[in-house]
Amino acid sequence: MPEIKVTPLGAGQDVGRSCILVSIGGKNIMLDCGMHMGYNDDRRFPDFSYITQNGRLTDFLDCLIISHFHLDHCGALPYMSEMVGYDGPIYMTHPTKAICPILLEDFRKITVDKKGETNFFTSQMIKDCMKKVIPLNLHQTVQVDDELEIKAYYAGHVLGAAMVHIKVGSESVVYTGDYNMTPDRHLGAAWIDKCRPDILISESTYATTIRDSKRCRERDFLKKVHESIERGGKVLIPVFALGRAQELCILLETFWERMNLKAPIYFSTGLTEKANHYYKLFITWTNQKIRKTFVQRNMFEFKHIKAFDRSYADNPGPMVVFATPGMLHAGQSLQIFKKWAGNEKNMVIMPGYCVQGTIGHKILNGQRKLEMEGRATLDVKLQVEYMSFSAHADAKGIMQLIRMAEPRNMLLVHGEAVKMEFLKGKIEQEFSIDCYMPANGETTTVTTNPSVPVDISLNLLKREMALGGPLPDPKKPRTMHGTLIMKENVSFMLVSSEQALKELGLNEHQLRFTCHVQLQDPHSDADTLHRIYTHLKSVLKGYTIQHLPDGTVIVESIVIKVSSSAEDSNTKVLLLSWSYQVKTWTLFLEGLPMQSKPGSSPNHLVIESLF
Amino acid sequence: MLFVVATVFLHLQIPHEETPAKKLRLSKPSKSAALHIDLCKATNSTDALQYLLQFARKPVEAESVEGVVRILLEHYYKETDNSVRLKIASLLGLLSKTQGFSPDCIVDDAINTLSNEKSHQVLAQLLETLLIIGTQLPESPALRLRLVEVAYKHLSDTYFGVRNKCLQLLGCLGMVDAPLGKENEGAGTSLGGLRDVQSIISDYFGDQDPRVRTAALKAMLQLHERGMKIHQIIYDQACRLLTDDYEQVRSAAVQMVWVLSQLYPESIVPIPSSNEEIRLVDDAFGKISHMVSDGSWMVRVQAAKTLGSMLQVSPHFLEQTLDKKLMSDLRRKRTAHERAKELFASGEFSSGRKWADDAPKEKLDTNTVNLIASGACGAFVHGLEDEMFEVRIAAVEALCQLARSSPSFAEKCLDFLVDMFNDEIEEVRLQSIHVLREISTHITLREDQLDTVLAVLEDSSRDIREALHELLCYTNVSTKECIQLALLELLKNLNKYPTDRNSVWKCLKFLGSRHPTLVLPLVPELLSTHPYFDTPEPDMDDPAYIAVLVLVFNAAKSCPTMPALFSDHTFRHYAYLRDSLSHLVPPLRLPGRKQVYGLDSVDSGPGSGSVESAQLFLQQSLNRVSTIQNLEAPGAQDLLDLTTRDLLRLGELQTELAGAADFCATYLRCQLLLMKALQEKLWNMAVPLCLKQNVTATAAAQQILEETYKLEFLYSGLESRQVATIHHVRLQAKALQLVLTARTRQGLDLLIGSCEKFLQDVESFQRLFLTELPHLQDSFVDKLLELMPRLSSCKPVELVKILQTTLRQSGLLQLRLPEQIHRATATIIEPTGESDNPLRFTSGLVVALDIDATLEHVQDPQNTVKVQVLYPDGQSHVIHPKPGDFRKPGPHRHRLITQVYLSHTAWTEPSQIEVRLLLAYSSSSTSLTSPSKLGWSESLESLPPAEAAVEGTIPFSKAVKVFIMPKPARR
Repeated sequence: MPEIKVTPLGAGQDVGRSCILVSIGGKNIMLDCGMHMGYNDDRRFPDFSYITQNGRLTDFLDCLIISHFHLDHCGALPYMSEMVGYDGPIYMTHPTKAICPILLEDFRKITVDKKGETNFFTSQMIKDCMKKVIPLNLHQTVQVDDELEIKAYYAGHVLGAAMVHIKVGSESVVYTGDYNMTPDRHLGAAWIDKCRPDILISESTYATTIRDSKRCRERDFLKKVHESIERGGKVLIPVFALGRAQELCILLETFWERMNLKAPIYFSTGLTEKANHYYKLFITWTNQKIRKTFVQRNMFEFKHIKAFDRSYADNPGPMVVFATPGMLHAGQSLQIFKKWAGNEKNMVIMPGYCVQGTIGHKILNGQRKLEMEGRATLDVKLQVEYMSFSAHADAKGIMQLIRMAEPRNMLLVHGEAVKMEFLKGKIEQEFSIDCYMPANGETTTVTTNPSVPVDISLNLLKREMALGGPLPDPKKPRTMHGTLIMKENVSFMLVSSEQALKELGLNEHQLRFTCHVQLQDPHSDADTLHRIYTHLKSVLKGYTIQHLPDGTVIVESIVIKVSSSAEDSNTKVLLLSWSYQVKTWTLFLEGLPMQSKPGSSPNHLVIESLF
Repeated sequence: MLFVVATVFLHLQIPHEETPAKKLRLSKPSKSAALHIDLCKATNSTDALQYLLQFARKPVEAESVEGVVRILLEHYYKETDNSVRLKIASLLGLLSKTQGFSPDCIVDDAINTLSNEKSHQVLAQLLETLLIIGTQLPESPALRLRLVEVAYKHLSDTYFGVRNKCLQLLGCLGMVDAPLGKENEGAGTSLGGLRDVQSIISDYFGDQDPRVRTAALKAMLQLHERGMKIHQIIYDQACRLLTDDYEQVRSAAVQMVWVLSQLYPESIVPIPSSNEEIRLVDDAFGKISHMVSDGSWMVRVQAAKTLGSMLQVSPHFLEQTLDKKLMSDLRRKRTAHERAKELFASGEFSSGRKWADDAPKEKLDTNTVNLIASGACGAFVHGLEDEMFEVRIAAVEALCQLARSSPSFAEKCLDFLVDMFNDEIEEVRLQSIHVLREISTHITLREDQLDTVLAVLEDSSRDIREALHELLCYTNVSTKECIQLALLELLKNLNKYPTDRNSVWKCLKFLGSRHPTLVLPLVPELLSTHPYFDTPEPDMDDPAYIAVLVLVFNAAKSCPTMPALFSDHTFRHYAYLRDSLSHLVPPLRLPGRKQVYGLDSVDSGPGSGSVESAQLFLQQSLNRVSTIQNLEAPGAQDLLDLTTRDLLRLGELQTELAGAADFCATYLRCQLLLMKALQEKLWNMAVPLCLKQNVTATAAAQQILEETYKLEFLYSGLESRQVATIHHVRLQAKALQLVLTARTRQGLDLLIGSCEKFLQDVESFQRLFLTELPHLQDSFVDKLLELMPRLSSCKPVELVKILQTTLRQSGLLQLRLPEQIHRATATIIEPTGESDNPLRFTSGLVVALDIDATLEHVQDPQNTVKVQVLYPDGQSHVIHPKPGDFRKPGPHRHRLITQVYLSHTAWTEPSQIEVRLLLAYSSSSTSLTSPSKLGWSESLESLPPAEAAVEGTIPFSKAVKVFIMPKPARR
């Protein structure tokens, strides 16, 4: 039986370093090529030696697909393509292709320029790598080669995030990447059609969460910001440059617009400006509201949000500042935090996840005294708020996607093992399908039952149609006669036997069945035959029955001959001969009730047993 | 010479006009003959198709339809090309729809064509034709039966289109009462057993083609609409189709399930995979709720809309729709035990609102509860968060409907609706505010909820704020803190958006009168009175102070103890406000202020009885006037004068009759003017002597003309009779003008032209008001028409003489009042014209002036209402507001909120401009052209040459002065 094999090189029971190998129908596909944020050694990149010890990856992989531009999904791309060596096609959506190199370059700068690492990919490598990228459009089916085709679906999450449907023959796999089932202020909800894949590989970051309605969250967020501003306080929102930052910007921008507020909003500059530019360009990838209104005004052209300068932090009066990085572990956000932490009127809002060890994590856990470098301590008097604006599907969203796609098997990646376990149970219970959650390097094998398409000749089909009723009943299978021809390089062909013989250059062999039946009949051979003839004539109405002069009776294609046996002239031997045709057979069986003839009961049995 | 030609022309035209019916018949050659010739001429199918297409553009009168059909059929049998046959088939359908033609005579032929048809497309078209014929003849059961049989025979066709049409036929014509094939013995055999329409249609729920499945569902719905009771068996099948791969099927299935849930709400259906049972309506509700998270937004809209009308659903199912966590478990509520509750309490799922609350806990027994299952749970949470605003609006509307019928649900959905105030699309925000207002009778807002609601008061959209004020008018609050909060926020709003003044005051008026007891303890604080000290008297012109007073006075109305808390100046302010803002401040029984009370009682005195008496008075006045036989009768002028005055006063006193009274008064004034103009002595004098009087008469004629336009276009509810009367007056005025022109002797050419024009006017009057002529006995026109043959041939001078005498001799036309007559009015709310602060602008540049006006009884304001700006130097600009600037807050009421841009180059001193609203009219757009009983084709050909359209504007609001100060332009 054919199999589909899935092996996570990263993101198996883990968040970060997404990289999944899929073998389907003899093709090998790599899904995402990410890096791990938590490591600084070799472990940060996937172990490509798993694929091949020596020899280029190009020989083993048919294609590589990147779902979106987050570094844990594309961070290892230049390393793989330029340093390990891969020249095959790389697929990603247009926005991803545009924004991904910005992030990679930023990542490179931090690692090489700031941390001083060597043996890292260079700017040129990023450029070379991006040259190998083939952009994808939504819902566009791309033939990677003759058999492998991929199709991208909208995934929400970030601008340009896509789910991919990979199909070889009738086997298929869907990889979701990261996705979001609830639309937000700038992106729509993920959507997929009922493609019924063999395996659905889904992320499961929020496997145990069902989030509150986003409106509550938004309202709370806005209310907190608004109150703080009215009090005259300053609000700090640490964010990562791309993704949620834009979402929060739009949220605040529209609120400011609606409420006619005047307090300034600042955004710490950097790569955001470049990225914002792309957000303005890829309007088709955003949600309904932005798509509809961009003609009047592009929502990403912010009116109230201005670039931040570090001197502004000391300005009096209320303000809102978005600053990077998002976990308060370094950079501008930390500097501002230090300045503002002492005033209880101020507020810091953490809009997402914080890794253990960062200041963000500490203050969220209620720590009010922080040790800074140089033994200084910092009293945290400002308010600390947490608002989850993460754009991942929650448990209900994952279930919703499963219901949309109707997969035969489920495979969870990109999540914590314990949470996955919980969700796995739910999925198996709810949909009664198998659910897998392989760890890194562990291979999951799913056997498939692909249907094999066979072409049928039109003539044959028409002939069979004519035999049966006017309309084939789609619910009932029907048997038909035909010859299956398998030729090299040509798909299967079902043709009529005549045509098959002709194509093969063979002669037709007639296959006839014969049997002898003994009858006790005192009459002469001719008379017996005549009696049989008249009997048949009376019984089988509507059939052509011929009495030929050479002493045979022919019923359709059945030949009957009578001869006396050598020993006993009263014992007549009836010779029946028929060709291999079921239909006439049954007729014969129905139509020849021998018991009506004198002394025929044993013969009847004989004939019956014969048939 | 020219004159002669003109008269001859007129002469010819008049009899021509009198016999339009005859002309019609002559101009129509037999359609059938023409078509036959055309089709015979056609050498190939393309030509034939062209002829048919041309033919289809023209109508066929009822009597020749049958002939045409025969020709078409004849050609049909000969034709080999599919497309031509298809066109013929569609033409047959089109023709059977002809008014006045009964298609029963062509049924047989149409059915016959089916039997030999090989092309599936043509077959489908023919069935469509049969469907049209069938729907045209609803009273013939025999025919229906035949058609249904035909449909049944072709149901097994391999082409989806044919199956579609057959199902449509079955749906539209299938017998509602009798099962198919039971009564008809002869034909019944061909049907292969006795089966009713429903089971036949339901067989096609499983068809391989999604379009056929959709058609089957639609046919079933059609049967339902026609009153057939759908069997409950269908329910299961319909539910299965809810998971179909195709969105049209799912959408139709949602409707089907809904229909069944309305038919059999109380039936019990089993829950699969358990041995429990629930009511059908609950089951259906659960299933449709599920569709709110469907992949296709069309289906989502459909589902969300449908949910709103399922009012019989059990409350606990209803409440699930708002809960994301209470999963489908509620289905087993009867057997659910404590463990389920613990499960929720232990927070198995994190909400994402608190940090780290999703840390994994020990695994719970998941078998007990089926958590993330289908069912109603969270349907509205989903719907309200949907990506498409169409779905969100549908969900909000559905919430509204459900909440109106269930107070407890209303209470629950409050939070969600309030959340919607924060939607990104204004339409959705507005809708949810309206919805909250509608259900606000059921709910009392808590303080925190009120707080969220009030936050929206800062919204920059005026519509949102006004909707919210409206909402607050109807809201119940629970504590005095709420009142205080609301007042505070409203005052903040007032401060931020001063233009909201009226709306805020109105809102506080209702807030006060609704919660007198809650306001009472706040009064000292609100009025800042102190037990020992006198506090400074607040500024009477401060809108915020007025707002507070409005709240307090309205509360005091039903709270007699409150006035005791007022200080002296409060009473003074009351008297002032009661006078200046009487619509906001109610009459109060104040101690020791008898005179105020007395005045009020007079004002509120007239009840509904007085309307009738006023009506009577109006009628009597009119009757009195009608006694005037002749315009020259002695005393007639005085009577008219008097009556006009009476009527005007009546209009002021009785607002209900203001329209009618004004209308009559204006009409009578016209008559009076006419009378005066004719009685001038000048008519007997030599022309050169009376130039001066002549001027007044000319002015009178002009004024009458203007007044008639006002009469015609300013009043709504006029009938054809009144319009005729108005036109009659106008004709008189024109005659007067003509006579006056003749006397000035400005040359014959001009006079000839005027005469000609006048005669045309008479003529068109006759044409337009043919039906009204009998009512115009003995009037000016009546006499004129008698003399018409003479008029049109005589010389101008003679004509003028005739007119002069006719004018003087003709009687006064009595005015008959229509049922309802309203005068279009406009009030400019903003700018008020009271402001002393000039609007500053740089001369040469543009300044925007906000205009806010209420329009009453204006039809089609988008096209007719204009803003006129009059500059100090006499220049005037007319500005046409955008259609989007008009809102419709109520019947016959419009609100215009717009900005006009002012600009003037030569402007140095501060001065006032005037702004007023104009009503534009155009006589060509009047609806008085006799309702066209002519066929639709004739209306194009024989339309009378359009009367030279008179366009103009009528000012219909008081002018408001705005003080504007220019700043010198900077160089």
